[in-house]
Amino acid sequence: MSLRTIRILLWLPLVGFLIVLGLVFTGLIRPHDASIRSQMVGRPLPAFSLPSTRPRQPPLTSASFADGKVRLVNIFASWCVPCVVEMPQLAQLKQAGVAIEGIASRDTPADSLAFLQRNGDPYDRIGDDKTSAAQIAIGSSGVPETYVVDGKGVIRAQHIGPIQPQDVADILAAVRDAQ
Amino acid sequence: MKRVIALTLILAPTVSWADPTMAPEPLSYTQLPDPAQEAAAQALMQTIRCVVCQGQSIADSDADLAGDMRALVRQKIAAGEKPEAIRAWLIQRYGRWVSYRPPVDAVTWPLWAAPILLLAVGGLLARSAFRRRRT
Amino acid sequence: MIAEAGLAALWIAAMLAALQAFLGLGSLKAGGEELLRAVRPVAVAQAVMTLGAFAALMWLFYSTDLSVELVAEDSASTVPTLYRIAGTWGNHEGSMLLWVTILAIAGAAVALLERRLPERTLAATIAAQGVIALGFFAFLLFSSNPFARLDIAPAEGNGFNPLLQDPGLAFHPPTLYVGYVGLSVAFSFAVGALLTRDVGPAFAKAMRPWVLGAWVFLTLGITAGSYWAYYELGWGGWWFWDPTENASLMPWLAATALLHSVTVLATRDGLRAWTVMLAVVAFSMSMVGTFLVRSGILTSVHAFALDPKRGAFILVLLALYIGGALALFGARIATVAEGNRFDPVSREGALVINNLLLSVILALVLIGTLYPLAAESMTGEKLSVGPPYFNATAGPLALILVAVMAAGPAMRWRRDEIVAVARRIAIPAALTVIALVAILLLAPGLRILPLLGLTLAAGVAAASVAPLWKRNLRRTPLFTWGMVMAHLGAAVSLAGMASESAFTKETLIAARPGETVSVGPYAIRFAAVDPVPGQNFTAVQATLIATRGSADPITLTPAQRTFDNPPQTTSESAIATRWDGQLYTVVGEPVPGGRWQLRLWWKPFVTLIWLGGALIAIGGALSLLGRSLPRRKVVAESTGFARFG
Repeated sequence: MSLRTIRILLWLPLVGFLIVLGLVFTGLIRPHDASIRSQMVGRPLPAFSLPSTRPRQPPLTSASFADGKVRLVNIFASWCVPCVVEMPQLAQLKQAGVAIEGIASRDTPADSLAFLQRNGDPYDRIGDDKTSAAQIAIGSSGVPETYVVDGKGVIRAQHIGPIQPQDVADILAAVRDAQ
Repeated sequence: MKRVIALTLILAPTVSWADPTMAPEPLSYTQLPDPAQEAAAQALMQTIRCVVCQGQSIADSDADLAGDMRALVRQKIAAGEKPEAIRAWLIQRYGRWVSYRPPVDAVTWPLWAAPILLLAVGGLLARSAFRRRRT
Repeated sequence: MIAEAGLAALWIAAMLAALQAFLGLGSLKAGGEELLRAVRPVAVAQAVMTLGAFAALMWLFYSTDLSVELVAEDSASTVPTLYRIAGTWGNHEGSMLLWVTILAIAGAAVALLERRLPERTLAATIAAQGVIALGFFAFLLFSSNPFARLDIAPAEGNGFNPLLQDPGLAFHPPTLYVGYVGLSVAFSFAVGALLTRDVGPAFAKAMRPWVLGAWVFLTLGITAGSYWAYYELGWGGWWFWDPTENASLMPWLAATALLHSVTVLATRDGLRAWTVMLAVVAFSMSMVGTFLVRSGILTSVHAFALDPKRGAFILVLLALYIGGALALFGARIATVAEGNRFDPVSREGALVINNLLLSVILALVLIGTLYPLAAESMTGEKLSVGPPYFNATAGPLALILVAVMAAGPAMRWRRDEIVAVARRIAIPAALTVIALVAILLLAPGLRILPLLGLTLAAGVAAASVAPLWKRNLRRTPLFTWGMVMAHLGAAVSLAGMASESAFTKETLIAARPGETVSVGPYAIRFAAVDPVPGQNFTAVQATLIATRGSADPITLTPAQRTFDNPPQTTSESAIATRWDGQLYTVVGEPVPGGRWQLRLWWKPFVTLIWLGGALIAIGGALSLLGRSLPRRKVVAESTGFARFG
């Protein structure tokens, strides 16, 4: 190697470090979002058939979503504190004419129904997802989560975490977009 | 500073504060009867990242959803699915983030090429430290 | 009052650090020798002041002074005494103060003890140490003040993270920090030598004990951390390639490489630029690691949530220090005459290969750790790089490294013949082959990495003691003993890793009290499950009675602890250690039918992993003693063994 090449090589560690620094800096300024978004948005609902949480009701099946109607699918649980927070907003959405289906995650029907008794029941139908199988199939990483499903049964949007009052307008817009 | 899992748990936006009352699926905490199948499931579970605690594989996680994923993996293995098909199924849902083993594609090839490139560059540098061998 | 005194001490220490930098740099000018004499007491005073501030914080934690914000947030009067004290460094501000305290002590130690370094280089070194300390003092004072008061003291604190309430907390972080920060001395030496353009054997000999010391602590810290994770996490794993673990591994890899290259520089005056580079890189990795852990930009099981302002502050410090040192390197090192070149087949040649492999592994760990960040910046998609990548890439290189480690000490300095080397390592090589055949026959079907690991471990263990062969052991210098011990430790650790990976038996089951289950060679009776009160928790404790053949039964009591401040459940594993492995038991949650989840493992020879780590550290300590104690008479050796350490 010529002396010139060596002299240039000697600056490589600094260049390497500056690259690392730049990387770390972009990581620092980017708002930190640890949530894992579902990759199923834009795809049809995965096949599932969940027994109804309410007694003597038909099961909640993914096939039943392809009937031309836009719906919300809300994953909730009686043991989940943030789920209580979003119940008024779900009621508000229901009043605005949005159909909401519930998926009860890791719950017993008795607990789910008692929870809805206390906090209000916005759901048309509720599927009992004892082992999170449907939740995992949808790509959900926790409760509560809400999905907008269009009339063909295709997932159009995902909302992670409780629906806060300021989120309602966004959800309504997403529902309109899915029409 | 080991293990602040629970702290991360609380900070994670979509995770509840309380424990579910539902009994977990048995396959989340028991093994498959066939040792070969269990070994395959275990090997896969160790490379699937827990979506709740995020710093651990589902094989090492106390999170309930990780337990459900273990049960799911074992059920699928028992049903004869190939581990790589199950990995692909999970990636389809949670993105490539969920697999601890990065794939080889347009974004990740430098990662897999790194060992060879580094050895080559290092070898060249090291050679300059050596004297030609007199014969 | 005590908090204010602590804060004042910190301010004074910061000013002393500035003075130290000023005096050190000033003494480089002609006629500045007087200033160098003044710099020693300043460095010592700075250390004393910082230590005072740290003691003040410890006292505040011990006495649970809830008017101090940090104490109120991270402790409580109900926390047991040990964790009230160790809790001082169980949070961001306190651990940063510990970091700075060790930095100040290291600076004072250099000022007091270093006698071998040329005066001018020493002055520049002490100045560099002062500049580093100054930046971290500023970080503490301006953005992470541990002594901030609350307007109104709460009646009780928030409590202390239950997962950290373990004796490991008292030992692991301080040890690791001594290692991390000890490397600052090597960094300052390198900067000093670059400033004075004085890189040679004298510089290497002066630096070596400091690197050895830091490396010993780093080795101990990582070993202890791994064992802590192993018994605390409750799933039997001992290394997870978590970003925080990688952050501790990277400085260790750099320091290990440095330790070997500095020997080449000291003995043969070769690898000058490379050694200086490594000295800069080692401490840079410590700082990058500290930053990564704290910034929260990488998802890790370890977390000190940190706001971006603090993150940006440390980032600026890193840019200044590391960038500055590397720029100095680029500008100055070309004017340092390159050292001797050497023959590929020689001790130096083996050490170059060692450095090459260690550096490539280090780069792979760094790239793998940061790649998700790069990928997300470029594509917006989240990506994980985890154990499968690191095991597949670093694993094989580590095995080659271990093989080189077997051959290296058998080679002569300057020049050797391949045939002669082969003859010298014939016995270990034969043992390797015998081990391979034996393992293939006795335990067929092993995966390739554990198989190679076990085989190599046998050969390398034999090769590592070869330097003692046919020698008068009492006259063998301590640093040779150190090398033998450290290399043996690496072989022992490798054997443990391979054995754990290859032979672990696992039983995951739900059992009722009274039932008997088996794992590996043990039959385990689930005798009872009882509630047990603790000092600040209540536990549900299982009693397991394990029997194996005719040996006395072992009683194990794994438990689930429920803390109420903060509310959290931890599982406490119960481990029985026998000469040939560990029985690892965990009790999980109750499930319907009066059953309890039990997780049981039999891990043959798993303890060798940490025993090997301890041997490596002891080896380092022996070498350190051998290098710092007055020389004993070294008998002229026919081979080159005596000169390595």
